[in-house]
Amino acid sequence: MSVPGELQYTKTHEWVRIEGETATVGITEHAQDELGDVVFVELPESGRTLDAGEAFGAVESVKAVSDLYAPLPGEVVEVNESLGDNPEKINEDPYGEGWILKLRVSGEADLLSAEDYENFLKETE
Amino acid sequence: MLGSLIRDKGREGRRGYTLPKFDVEKVGLEKVLPKGALRKEKPGLPEVDEPTVIRHYTNLSRENWGIDTNFYPLGSCTMKHNPRANEAATAVPGFAGLHPLQPEGQIQGALRVMHEMQGFLASVSGLPAVSLQPMAGAQGELTSILMVRKFFEDRDDTGRTTILVPSTAHGTNPATATMVGFESEEIGLDEDGCVDVEELRGKVDETTAALMITNPNTLGVYEKNIAEIADILHEAGAFLYMDGANVNAIMGRMRPGDAGVDVMHFNLHKTFSTPHGGGGPGSGAIACSDDLAPFRPDPVAEKDADGYHLVRPEKTIGRVAGFHGNFGVFLKAWNYIKMHGPELKDVTDMAVLNANYVRARLKGTYRIPYEGLCKHECIVQPPKGKKALDVAKGLIDHGFHPPTVYFPLVVKEAMLIEPTETESKETLDDFVGAMLELAESPVEELEEAPVNASTRRLDEARAARKLKARW
Repeated sequence: MSVPGELQYTKTHEWVRIEGETATVGITEHAQDELGDVVFVELPESGRTLDAGEAFGAVESVKAVSDLYAPLPGEVVEVNESLGDNPEKINEDPYGEGWILKLRVSGEADLLSAEDYENFLKETE
Repeated sequence: MLGSLIRDKGREGRRGYTLPKFDVEKVGLEKVLPKGALRKEKPGLPEVDEPTVIRHYTNLSRENWGIDTNFYPLGSCTMKHNPRANEAATAVPGFAGLHPLQPEGQIQGALRVMHEMQGFLASVSGLPAVSLQPMAGAQGELTSILMVRKFFEDRDDTGRTTILVPSTAHGTNPATATMVGFESEEIGLDEDGCVDVEELRGKVDETTAALMITNPNTLGVYEKNIAEIADILHEAGAFLYMDGANVNAIMGRMRPGDAGVDVMHFNLHKTFSTPHGGGGPGSGAIACSDDLAPFRPDPVAEKDADGYHLVRPEKTIGRVAGFHGNFGVFLKAWNYIKMHGPELKDVTDMAVLNANYVRARLKGTYRIPYEGLCKHECIVQPPKGKKALDVAKGLIDHGFHPPTVYFPLVVKEAMLIEPTETESKETLDDFVGAMLELAESPVEELEEAPVNASTRRLDEARAARKLKARW
């Protein structure tokens, strides 16, 4: 399972790419593999303010519906609208075209490095 | 084979009947219908002869796969065997011909069935008061939690905002809590797959309205600490609600009321064997303590010297269903209980024995996530590298309906097998044989399954993504 070294992670299997004060958020390759084929993504409204750990939406696969959690506190500045018609992007390219939202970060939170996340996956295997 | 649609089988003008010539003057539709009610185009109805209609639907019906044709390890969760004697009971004209608006004096027999049914459920649950109103399980949950809310409102105890729900719960539990206006909060599991009592102790406080527990839970594990759990809630002034989805594993052996449960629902259509294909009809009757009894839905059946009456409970939450609930389901469930009498516990024992037999025979080849005896259903996981979905599809080629897969969510690649009490050892051995063979089959072969069904594997993801609800 790919865990890109330049990203940060959560124990709820989101990834974060921080560029300046903007954080791009998606779910990891491991998460999409566990979920199976994603059929629907529930996205938040732009402008909504999230706390770290707050549920902001959900991904629905053929197996289950799972909540999505904000890795960092901040305001939603953009959501990936193309997931509405093409939720399979989350399966096909979880770290690229399958990104879910962008936050304007307003604070800090405990995030995992790629190495920590890989160890966490091994522990929970 | 699943052939073409019936509308593609006809020819224009073909009919399955002939009518005598008109002996009155023909009148155009535009003369009798208002303009807005006339179609601009023909409705596109199938134009077919009678044999074509009969063959079309008979062939479709032969595609049905159910408890009447094959072993069905979805168990009571979907539908267990329905003794045909139940059908005979509901076909009695005195019952079948009743109208719900008939006056009490004319429906004493029906009210007696309801009154006795309330008594049966009170004795199975160990709780004194019953309502037969809710039309299905989820409505039974909703009714119970509405009663809990009204109880607290009645005492001006408005600070209770939370309902606790274990992580193994059916999705309807948190949904019910939310519908009634509570916040739902999840409780984790201990290593046996039971509610984590210490975590519960830490989360219960004066804002807790209730815990919604399922016993045995969806892992098929008996919640051994249920009495202690009830004490923790009662000390905080909160209620213990029990989801009765799995009563098939305890009836006649354990009374939830004795363990401290305050309110619970039954799925009469599951536990007490009434047919309910395609979403109904169901009955989610509830049983509750004396504290909650005044809040039951309106009406309940009562008896006095003059006979049977429908009575409105003093502080009722109101009606939750039209008329008296699903009377046909009460009648079949009443018949089932009367047929078994005190030996209802044998149903439980056989259901539990069968599940443990399947589990013991699969152990070693399949992974068993929770050790110890199970109740009426067991959870197994395919050998590493194999997917539950592929094994499930492979079962179709062996002539078995697949069991529930990927539920409960807390077990990866879960296969939830509920054989029920009516299956013979030979049937279970055949099923286990198929499961063991599939566990040894190469992955590439499993991924092709089913190969013997009239339809090959459906693309569930594409079906959900590109949903076409109309033709």
